[in-house]
Amino acid sequence: MKAVEPEGERAPTSGQRGMAEFQLRLYVAGKTAKSQLALKNLRRLCETHLAGRYEIEVIDLLVTPKLAAGDQILAVPTLVRKLPEPIKKIIGDLSNEERVLVGLDVQRLRKNDLGG
Amino acid sequence: MPNEGIPPTGLPKARTGIEGLDEITAGGLPAGRPTLVCGAAGCGKTMLAIEFLVRGATEFGEPGVFMMFEVEAERAHVRGQLDFVHIERSEIEETGEYDLEGLFVRLGYAIDMIGAKRVVLDTLEALFSGLPNERILRAELRRLFRWLKERGVTAVITAERGEKSLTRYGLEEYVADCVILLDHRVGGNVSTRRLRVVKYRGSAHGTNEYPFMIGEHGLSVLPITSLKLDHAASTERVLSGIDRLDEMLGGKGVYRGSSVHVSGPPGSGKSSVGATFVDAACRRGERALMFVYEESASQLLRNMESIGLRLQRWIDRGLLRIEASRPTFYGLEQHLTLMYAAVGDFRPALVVVDPMSNLSADHDDGLLKATLMRLIDFLKHERITAICTNLTTDAVVSLATSEIGVSSLMDTWLLLANLESNGERTRTIQVLKSRGMAHSNRVREFVMADDGIRLLDVCIADGRILTGSARVAHLQRLAAEAERPAKSGRGARSAS
Repeated sequence: MKAVEPEGERAPTSGQRGMAEFQLRLYVAGKTAKSQLALKNLRRLCETHLAGRYEIEVIDLLVTPKLAAGDQILAVPTLVRKLPEPIKKIIGDLSNEERVLVGLDVQRLRKNDLGG
Repeated sequence: MPNEGIPPTGLPKARTGIEGLDEITAGGLPAGRPTLVCGAAGCGKTMLAIEFLVRGATEFGEPGVFMMFEVEAERAHVRGQLDFVHIERSEIEETGEYDLEGLFVRLGYAIDMIGAKRVVLDTLEALFSGLPNERILRAELRRLFRWLKERGVTAVITAERGEKSLTRYGLEEYVADCVILLDHRVGGNVSTRRLRVVKYRGSAHGTNEYPFMIGEHGLSVLPITSLKLDHAASTERVLSGIDRLDEMLGGKGVYRGSSVHVSGPPGSGKSSVGATFVDAACRRGERALMFVYEESASQLLRNMESIGLRLQRWIDRGLLRIEASRPTFYGLEQHLTLMYAAVGDFRPALVVVDPMSNLSADHDDGLLKATLMRLIDFLKHERITAICTNLTTDAVVSLATSEIGVSSLMDTWLLLANLESNGERTRTIQVLKSRGMAHSNRVREFVMADDGIRLLDVCIADGRILTGSARVAHLQRLAAEAERPAKSGRGARSAS
């Protein structure tokens, strides 16, 4: 599935598209306050904890509505972790950083990295 | 017959095409507005919703979107414009504010894709198990129903029955236009489905509980009080196969498409009368269909053979079909469904139900009457003559009261009785009523001979009917008197 990326939201620190360890996709519906907030929260969080290892793709459902069915999106904003598998979903404006990290399994993965 | 004609109202309606439902809602569901269909699991909510969509698309040119909310990844096997919304609680983490715009986008996209006029959301409440924040969910549902109205689609939303409220999560609070409640009850080991329009804003509607059934051709609601009496009456007559009975019925038999009620106690010859009608129809080259609930088909054939009715040949020629089943084997709704299906399939000119009273053994009479009324109405519409036998107790007094209340629906009522006197029992027949024709008021004795049912000459002496050996004795006496030179006839006469 080709997703549009209206604003070139790919994180500058990521390498080639589809290569980063964390493939994140943020579904929004228009530039609402909630979606802007979610994107801001996500960027900050990724830079803090996943610098250089992530890629963010923003999908605006108002532009491409048919993409909503693929990832079973009901709520917006929804953050989908496409990689690493399994797929994870986090809904909401991502204002609770701790829960987002738990939801993305970032801390556990990092610990594993350190341990290994 | 009660006829609670529901006047059509100005409110635009979207016809469901579901038999009977459009009648009790005076034309269908509110067009461009949401309707809530609630009921316990397995009561037919989804069936109703699907039929609403399918008939909308195929019969009324209104494309539809079916959106199914499922907690489990279980797939319904339905073809059409479908969207499955998979809800997985365990995989969803929630942080902060959100809304359900994604759902709106999906639904809006599906509607725009095909220009949908109808939408089904089945079962929206599954969202409650998938999304933990009930406050947001409720606000969004409120917005969803408003949005559906703005889009102008006719929507059906299904919901589970709640313990205290109509729906488990109180969805009726949001859908204020039309609420339909389905129910599935078991009584006497037989299940019946019922439907009630709880509320219909801005429109009159039938307020009763209506039995409904789910058959091969979808739902069928039986609106007992809103039957339209609009079938065209035939003036064509069909003969019964019993010569003298036809004479009693003005010489021409019964009207085609009319219903004939044959009632009587055990052993009075009801089945034989029914079979004679069948034989006569087949002789005319017409198809006849028998529903028998007491005998197997082969037993019926053998027994009718004993009075000279060779029915097997009609089966061989494809003119006769016998459907034998135990009345207790199915619920009433299945019986009727099977009857509709068999009639639709075989297209008979004559239908015999023997005995219809047996169908009532396990059912409460109100429901039976309603369903039989529906059946008789259906047969009349199809111009099919119906012969329904009915077992009564031996006492003649219980004549009208013991009936299951359908006698008033019947056009012709033949009453059979066993008359006991002089230590013997003889069979009598009378035409209790026959609408729209002159008919004899005599009680006639009849015999079941090797060559069929035969009505005997009427023999009355001293103001009472003579039957059996008394009749034979009287006739012999008359013969003896006739040999002697003319004497006065002692007030006895004989007529045919």
